[in-house]
Amino acid sequence: MPILGTETRMTKKGWIALLAAFLASGCAVAPPGTGVFLLLDTSGTYSDELTRAETLINYLLGTLDPGDSFGVARIDGGSFSEKDILFRTTFDERPSVANDQKRRLMETAAEFADTVQSAPHTDITGGVLQAVEWLNEVRPGRKTILVFSDMEEDLPDGYVRDFPIDLNGVEVYAVNVTKLRPDNVDPRAYMTRLDAWRRRVEAGGGRWTVINDLERLPVELEL
Amino acid sequence: MAFPDSPILSALVLVMALVLAMYGARSPAHRVIQGAAKSIAQACKLTADAIRGVQNRLTDRTREVLLSEGLQEAERQIEQEFQRISVSVERDLGSYPALHRMLADQVQRIDEDYRKSTDTPPALEGWKQTIQAAGELAQTVGSPTAAGKAIDALRVTVEDVHENALDLYRENSRKRHRLLAKMVPTWRSMDATLTRVETAVTGIFERSRHLDDLMRGYRDIASKSHAAERALTTSSLTQFATSTLVLLIALLGGFINFQLIALPMSEMVGATSRIGSLQTSDVAALVIILIEITMGLFLMESLRVTRLFPVIGRLERRSRIRMAWATFAILFVLAGIEASLAYMRDMLAADRIALTQTLAGSVAQRPEFMWIPSVGQMVMGFILPFALTFVAIPLESFVHTGRIVLAQATAGVLRMLAFGVYLAGTWIEYAGKAGKDVYDMIIFLPLKVEEWVVDARSRGRVDETATDRTVSRA
Repeated sequence: MPILGTETRMTKKGWIALLAAFLASGCAVAPPGTGVFLLLDTSGTYSDELTRAETLINYLLGTLDPGDSFGVARIDGGSFSEKDILFRTTFDERPSVANDQKRRLMETAAEFADTVQSAPHTDITGGVLQAVEWLNEVRPGRKTILVFSDMEEDLPDGYVRDFPIDLNGVEVYAVNVTKLRPDNVDPRAYMTRLDAWRRRVEAGGGRWTVINDLERLPVELEL
Repeated sequence: MAFPDSPILSALVLVMALVLAMYGARSPAHRVIQGAAKSIAQACKLTADAIRGVQNRLTDRTREVLLSEGLQEAERQIEQEFQRISVSVERDLGSYPALHRMLADQVQRIDEDYRKSTDTPPALEGWKQTIQAAGELAQTVGSPTAAGKAIDALRVTVEDVHENALDLYRENSRKRHRLLAKMVPTWRSMDATLTRVETAVTGIFERSRHLDDLMRGYRDIASKSHAAERALTTSSLTQFATSTLVLLIALLGGFINFQLIALPMSEMVGATSRIGSLQTSDVAALVIILIEITMGLFLMESLRVTRLFPVIGRLERRSRIRMAWATFAILFVLAGIEASLAYMRDMLAADRIALTQTLAGSVAQRPEFMWIPSVGQMVMGFILPFALTFVAIPLESFVHTGRIVLAQATAGVLRMLAFGVYLAGTWIEYAGKAGKDVYDMIIFLPLKVEEWVVDARSRGRVDETATDRTVSRA
């Protein structure tokens, strides 16, 4: 009888372990759906466009779901730095709490747009590196970097950025890429600039898209 | 190629060689074609027989199930009818002794009143003649005489007595009328009592007639008659179609219920947690709805409305009532939870709209009559779990009739399959015969030559025989 009893207990334990394993694997919190990092160019030539950037931030706040991750940083002379990050957060699982977080972020973005000062240089590569680092840390299901810039990099002396970037699985969107005065003189400069970025992103394993018409943003982003 | 310069000649030679080879192999080729066709046809016929056997077994089994379920249903109806009659007898005829006593009292009271109200009219004619005779005698005798005075006094006395008698009679008549007036309510009461008795007895008679019909149906099913089987089959198909329709409607109700509670569930279990490809909040909402349906099934089962779980049906009445109350309590709590979740859904939706408005740069406003959909959603959230309870009834019907319908459909498919296989076997058999003819058509030339040769030989033999006969005669 004791042997039978032990066997019965063993079987029950086995079932419980199996059930626990199933629940642990089935009910585990899946990685949040989408991670979006927005880089805002604050250089002298582009800072006038920041009012549109605020609209873009509000659109993203309205589109992202609970559990998604969202970060905003500015691009200035040396963008590979935490001090340039405006905010970065993962929204709460509960919709009501996530809505409160979004309201606070909206206020922060509005305050930033009012008080931002133009930067003398443009370190886009540093910003992208910062964004990739954070997205890899958060590990969302989908990694997206939005670069709100004219894509004209202007590094301070001594800054090294001409190396490959690992962008495997990252979607990079260049948003509102305005044409500079030299571009108007020779449009090939604009195309060469964008093509250089495309090659750099694709060489790093990422996907490159340019969105100049902001109304196309919902279709292209598919959030 | 035999003649590389002339492909036509090569082809001709090849065809001739082939024809000659086919001619040489004619007999074995015929045997092969015929044998293959026959064996395939035989296999097809055997397969068709096997399928038909399976179909027959399935049909027999379905018939047994159909009749058995029909018998059970008839027994159930008869049992219910007996219960109704029992209740009716207890309710209506159980109080019959009291009614009888009441009727007897009423009859006795009416009888007494009737006796008291018996009319005894005064003998008016006799009084009138006496007074008339006294008047005539007084005139004849004359008033002044003593005799006349006496007669007149007698007449006056008689008239007084007559008047008194009339007064007494009138008084008695008044009393009698009062008694008769008193009898009217008693009559009405007795009439009502008799009507009640009549209604009760008529109801029992009607139930008895219905019971007779049920018993007739039961006997038909028990005798396994074709008419009963046809009636049960038709009834099964109708019930299956009806219950499927009602279940589809219930499914839509369940979907609306799901929509009501899925979003607020994400506030409780989180919006990012997933079980497989499904959101945990969706699964939780689905589980709540399924629990509600299960509780509804148990409630209906313990109330003996449905009989899907014989274990519950076999419980004692007291246990069943306890179970019914327990399931109702759980349903009530779940309905309350659903109502609150529906309210939360409305709040979340409003918050979402307000946020969207704020993000769009406008001032968030809540419409004035937004409380109406809120209340509507809460009421729906509370009502739907109870409405889903009634899914048990069509579900029972669907389960019982689904088996029959599925078996009949399978039997139909098997019948068609058996026919198809048998037909294919027959075709193959004829195809074998046709194949032999086609084979002979290809080698018609050598066959024709063979025919000529055989004819020539037989003709030669005939000529030889004729010559021999002539010689022998000679």
